[in-house]
Amino acid sequence: MSKKHNNIDQGKREWAVEARGLVKMFGNHRAVDGVDLNVRAGSIYGVLGPNGAGKTTTIRMLATLLRADGGSAKIFGHDVVKESQIVRQLIGVTGQYASVDESLSATENLVIFSRLLGLGRAESKRKAEELLEEFGLTEAAKRPLKNFSGGMRRRLDLAASLIAQPPLIFLDEPTTGLDPRTRAQMWETIRRLVNTGSTVLLTTQYLEEADQLADRIAVIDRGRVVAEGTVDELKASVGTSSLHLSVQEAGDMAEARKIVEQVLQVQSSISSEAGKITAPMANADLVTDLLIALRGQGIGLSEMSVQKPTLDEVFLTITGHGVTDAEQTTAHKSKQSEEA
Amino acid sequence: MKTTSIKPGFGRQLKNSTSLGQTIRNSLTMAYRGLLKIKRTPEQLFDVTLQPIIFTLMFTYIFGGAISGDVQSYLPVIIPGILVQTVITTSIVTGVQLREDMDKGVFDRFKSLPIARIAPLAGALLADTVRYTIATTLTFSMGYVMGYRPEGGLGYVALAALLVIFCSWSMSWIFAFFGVIARTASSVQGISMLVLFPLTFLSNAFVPVDTMPNWLQWFVDMNPISHLVSAVRDLTNTGSAGWDLTISLIGALVIVAIFAPITVRAYMRRT
Ligand SMILES: Nc1ncnc2c1ncn2[C@@H]1O[C@H](COP(=O)(O)OP(=O)(O)OP(=O)(O)O)[C@@H](O)[C@H]1O
Ligand SMILES: [Mg+2]
Repeated sequence: MSKKHNNIDQGKREWAVEARGLVKMFGNHRAVDGVDLNVRAGSIYGVLGPNGAGKTTTIRMLATLLRADGGSAKIFGHDVVKESQIVRQLIGVTGQYASVDESLSATENLVIFSRLLGLGRAESKRKAEELLEEFGLTEAAKRPLKNFSGGMRRRLDLAASLIAQPPLIFLDEPTTGLDPRTRAQMWETIRRLVNTGSTVLLTTQYLEEADQLADRIAVIDRGRVVAEGTVDELKASVGTSSLHLSVQEAGDMAEARKIVEQVLQVQSSISSEAGKITAPMANADLVTDLLIALRGQGIGLSEMSVQKPTLDEVFLTITGHGVTDAEQTTAHKSKQSEEA
Repeated sequence: MKTTSIKPGFGRQLKNSTSLGQTIRNSLTMAYRGLLKIKRTPEQLFDVTLQPIIFTLMFTYIFGGAISGDVQSYLPVIIPGILVQTVITTSIVTGVQLREDMDKGVFDRFKSLPIARIAPLAGALLADTVRYTIATTLTFSMGYVMGYRPEGGLGYVALAALLVIFCSWSMSWIFAFFGVIARTASSVQGISMLVLFPLTFLSNAFVPVDTMPNWLQWFVDMNPISHLVSAVRDLTNTGSAGWDLTISLIGALVIVAIFAPITVRAYMRRT
């Protein structure tokens, strides 16, 4: 780092993103309700949350696309409101929905963005070719985007965010809707980005993704940060795996659930459509006790499995309510906003 | 991916403002984008290509005999009328497309780039002058094919074309304003037609004013479209420029003076 700007407090120089008490209201609805975030330069930071948690709204405020109703945010020490034009020179944004021109080809899109960023005509062409090559889109370069698959669109979108080689990149759900292979490729791309010195702030609904990529994670629920820490810290709070049980007789559900909570000494949740009881499992040994207790009560099991923790469990543990609750309260609102 | 490392985010010398030069460059790039889009979706040129052809044919043969005795002597009256009507109508598209564009995901990217805020708006208005030029050229060509030989000569025809293109561009600020404040593209289309339909038909574009009732004559004489049509007729048919030309230019400038600032303000607030 150069020493030109000695007026900037050295202690703050490590933060690519510093957000304090960000608030965004949509009507009476507090979509973002006092979010604090600190993202260290050169790291990958994951923002994890269910539908409607406020991830996109938070990113949009940090990326100068939306003005906060409260709180403040700085990108590399520059205020997102007062120095928005500086901030825009430091960031690349890949939104949740493709932000490229549908009626133009991939090359044309990249050339136009490059020209807007001040590159010359020839330079823009070269940059576009280079990026298309990097993202494996060379063959499709001339085709209109209408015929692009979801994965191709996503890659083009990311490519467009990298033209200016921004030191901070926002990725809003970069892998939602991608098949496993394409997802793994996207992860690889993100890792390489950070190796070249970028900072990445990404949102995701998948714990696994945050696990794979992020150095630190913030869990957002209903507009608030409900947990923050490294992946390991977060996992430790959830338990490394979870137990799924289905009983033979639907009438035994309540009783079975009581026994599970007693023996494992945790909270459990029920997914009603599947008739399944789910509980975090911190100590595998206790399962033996649980099975004996269930047999003792004459409760027959139709299925039992142990799985890695999912976002469901993280939520259950951290917030005390499942993902579905959050979705139901916000579902009709997100529909409205999609229509608008 | 290339392993060239990225310049750190701290310690860069960056400016928080956009220079005039950059604003112009950005606007030109956005205009280039508009032209590319026209090239990629030529079907959106239907209005500016078909309307001049169909309207010229239709109006000339329907009204020609009734109004001027025969088609040939109606041409000097109707061609300027059709020209103004067609090209001005084309300017509605600016507002409709602006609305559509602003609702698209790509607009988010424009907003997140360090470009002049005004460039997408300026670019759209600029690119649309190409549409006016196409409509103007086609209407004059159609007239020529049908036997229209303007007395004023080619130079004055070109001047008339420039006048119409400039006035349509000014009008497009009105529709751009609707485009910025409206909620949907179809409502922009609706409001704009509502404004434009009476303006173009309650004018001297197609029929002589003295056949109308008094109260209507009063409106038609006030209507800026009538002045524009008269100005075009003067230029093309007699090669003269008079009071109508002055009024048209003043009207156009007044529209720009009012609508450019409020459109830009509304636009900045929305984006
Ligand atoms: N433009 C808007 N107008 C009204 N409400 C909005 C708008 N944008 C978002 N909201 C609401 O704000 C809340 C947070 O939305 P946001 O898009 O930030 O969630 P998210 O975490 O990104 O969800 P998802 O995982 O579905 O993308 C939701 O309840 C949503 O309905
Ligand atoms: Mg979102």
